Amino acid sequence: MDEFLRVLLLQEYNTRLVVIGTVLLGIACGTVGSLLLLRRRALVGDVISHATLPGVAIAFVVMLLLGGTGRWSPGLLLGAGCAGLMGAGLVLLIRRTTLLKDDAAMAIVLSTTFGLGIAFLGVIQDLPSGNQAGLDSIIFGKTASMIRSEAIGIGIAAIVILFTCVFLYKEFRLLCFDENYAGSQGWPVLVLDITLLTLGTAVTVIGLRAVGLILILAMLVIPASAARYWTDRLVWMMVTAAGLGAFSAWIGVTISALVPRMPAGAIIVLSASGVFLLSLLLGTRRGVLIQLWHVYALKRRVGKQHLLRAIWECSEGQRRVRPDELLKRRSWSSRSVDRLLRASRRRQEIIMDSAGVMLTDAGAVEARQIVRNHRLWELFLIKHADIAPNHVDRDADAIEHVLGNEMVAELEAALRQDESLPTSPHAIGGLQS
Amino acid sequence: MNWMWGVDDWIIILGVLAALACAIPGTFLLLRGMSMMGDAISHAVLPGIAIGFLISGSRDSVWMFVGAAVAGIMAAILTQFLHRVGRLDRGASMGVVFTTFFALGLILIVYTADHVELDPECVLYGAIELAPIDLVTIAGMEVPRSMPVLILIGILNLIVMLLLYKEFKICSFDPAMASASGINVQLMNQILMIMTAATCVACFEVVGSILVVALLVVPAATARLLSDRLHVVLILSLVVGSIGAALGHLAAINIPGWFPIDVPDTSTAGMIAVMTGFIFLLAWVFSPIHGLIPRGCHRLQLKVRIASEDALGLFYRSAENQQEMTHGKIREVLVDMTDANVWITWLAMRQVRRKGLVVIDGDRWALSQEGHRRASELIRSHRLWEVWLWQHADLAADHVHGQAMRLEHITDQGMRDELAAQTDASDVDPHGRRIPSVEPPMESDSDED
Repeated sequence: MDEFLRVLLLQEYNTRLVVIGTVLLGIACGTVGSLLLLRRRALVGDVISHATLPGVAIAFVVMLLLGGTGRWSPGLLLGAGCAGLMGAGLVLLIRRTTLLKDDAAMAIVLSTTFGLGIAFLGVIQDLPSGNQAGLDSIIFGKTASMIRSEAIGIGIAAIVILFTCVFLYKEFRLLCFDENYAGSQGWPVLVLDITLLTLGTAVTVIGLRAVGLILILAMLVIPASAARYWTDRLVWMMVTAAGLGAFSAWIGVTISALVPRMPAGAIIVLSASGVFLLSLLLGTRRGVLIQLWHVYALKRRVGKQHLLRAIWECSEGQRRVRPDELLKRRSWSSRSVDRLLRASRRRQEIIMDSAGVMLTDAGAVEARQIVRNHRLWELFLIKHADIAPNHVDRDADAIEHVLGNEMVAELEAALRQDESLPTSPHAIGGLQS
Repeated sequence: MNWMWGVDDWIIILGVLAALACAIPGTFLLLRGMSMMGDAISHAVLPGIAIGFLISGSRDSVWMFVGAAVAGIMAAILTQFLHRVGRLDRGASMGVVFTTFFALGLILIVYTADHVELDPECVLYGAIELAPIDLVTIAGMEVPRSMPVLILIGILNLIVMLLLYKEFKICSFDPAMASASGINVQLMNQILMIMTAATCVACFEVVGSILVVALLVVPAATARLLSDRLHVVLILSLVVGSIGAALGHLAAINIPGWFPIDVPDTSTAGMIAVMTGFIFLLAWVFSPIHGLIPRGCHRLQLKVRIASEDALGLFYRSAENQQEMTHGKIREVLVDMTDANVWITWLAMRQVRRKGLVVIDGDRWALSQEGHRRASELIRSHRLWEVWLWQHADLAADHVHGQAMRLEHITDQGMRDELAAQTDASDVDPHGRRIPSVEPPMESDSDED
């Protein structure tokens, strides 16, 4: 526990370094990932990251041939970046010049480039100078071994990437939401696309050391996807994704500092997945719970309105209605009628006693309004849509719940109706009609 | 070559068996546009494999298959769920699910490695090099341990494919029609996912869970570029996969020897992926029906034919106007007036000369008898089209030339007769030029068109 707190509060120099580096990485990943996600290029990150492997290996060999040790980080990352971009370009090329679809092009490029990388590694690891070139660590990531210069490098790169995103925000927004409009307005769509892919490649490359190339995709996709559940606005989505990315990176690094044997990348990804799961459930815009709540609220409103209309149509608001009369009006079970009645009584729309159900004054006003909406729509359908009177009931049933005041006013104008309640254009008979 | 009997032959056999097992689900994944789903599942089976190990404590157990199949199916279902309920982009939902599964699997494997003898590297890159050491005796024969599994999965895939061939076929090409004709498309998808997951587990020891996707998708994509017929694509993907696997191992034990380094061989799994990629590259460039070069050649031939026909037309028109045409001038005009560039024009003039369509008198070129016949056919097509477009398509007389320039190249004798009939056998075009009359076709003109 003591150690946990010490790590969490960044009291160790090394942890502080690693945390700052990966948190900045998380911010950059969330920002760029949001753009890639909205551009529907989420999986391109996977291709780029797999394609970096041969790039790293080739850079290593080249540096070795030039007389170095081959372990110079910027050189390796440069090789990774070039190879990643070439991989993305190859996907575009296959898609343009063959009949294969996007998914096939991506699968082909990522598997063959990764295979090439593995083959290179197989050779390099057997070289006398190639033992432990640290190339292995880019596959799964080794956060703990991050040194000061690497953390600083990641930080600087992340800041540059963020500035580019802010600088090109307007252009990227147009690209993500309406490519054709952007093209017709004279924006260089291809150049912007390449810029976005370059940013994606840059994020991938700086994330190699921390998360590893198989899982860096997660940092691009997961925080951005999670942010989507909280907001509908791009700028807030980018900010949220950056925040969630940073948060998961921090949690992940903290845990992996405590359990150093575990692959850090995997732990960072699992923290991000946890954040995603929470967002999926609780997200205020598209979260599952909020969606379920909307569905429930709509169902409740529709049920209530059906009940009030049924009571009104049985009695025209004049007398008590027996529950079995109501049961015949629609195809509903006695249990659901009971439930609706109880809910309505709680809202004081009806009073219930042994003789039956009667609308209260407030309930009668509401019921009359609903019935009126229903009949107005029926009349409209008969008059303007040429539908037979005995067919309009069901159509009106579907729409009566969503007629707003403006729509009702329009209907009144179209039908030259006054405030009165029109009589029903068909016999009111419930199920048998 | 450092070939060793008893080792390398087994490795190639295993590789080929893995390729054969992968080809069938791979082809259908490709056709359904779900290749990345293959990638996702091959990553997502990892936690299943790890849990299978944890439960059984050994490598060759049914638990491993069950675990992997469950994990694969769960990944597929979760992806679908995120896409439908979570309203997430399909690619993104795949990315979220499989990276999570993979991360979980990685942690489980590192954890499991303490308890069971299991190398994370082996799961990821396969250990085909070690397979020949690890033998079991089946029916009196010593075979590598993973071989019976590969054969079994291959045969199962084949049986499922043969039983459900028609259903898979319709689902691949027209899911809407499939569900309209009473096929449960969702169920077929699930079956495909199960096949893919089981195949991934069977192969992961051979090529590793990451490179399975190379054997799943790349041979199928290669076959798709070589044929447009489903059963041919299936057979070709089996062939391509096998060749890729065999070449892959040969490359792994040979290619490092070509360089002045003291390294005998490299990863077979990696080289298998590279070699399937290499075969794909060959198909991409050379495939007779969809290859870049054959398609380019075909396009070039078409351009040259059109340019040479345009040249004949020019000769005819200048003869009509009593102008003499030099070789240089006609090339200049062709480059100016048509889409052809200098090279196409040069090729076209060469073709015209070689086919004996022109008579050359120093620098002056004129049509030969055969050339004249061809040219009058072409001009007849051109002017008939002009009349038709003018009369029937309501185009202004000064706008029909461009259209006719294009249509003249794809008009045959039957079409000309029809045009003549529809234009009331008019013998003057809208610009007042005479339409050359019909000449009886000679016997020798069957070489073109």
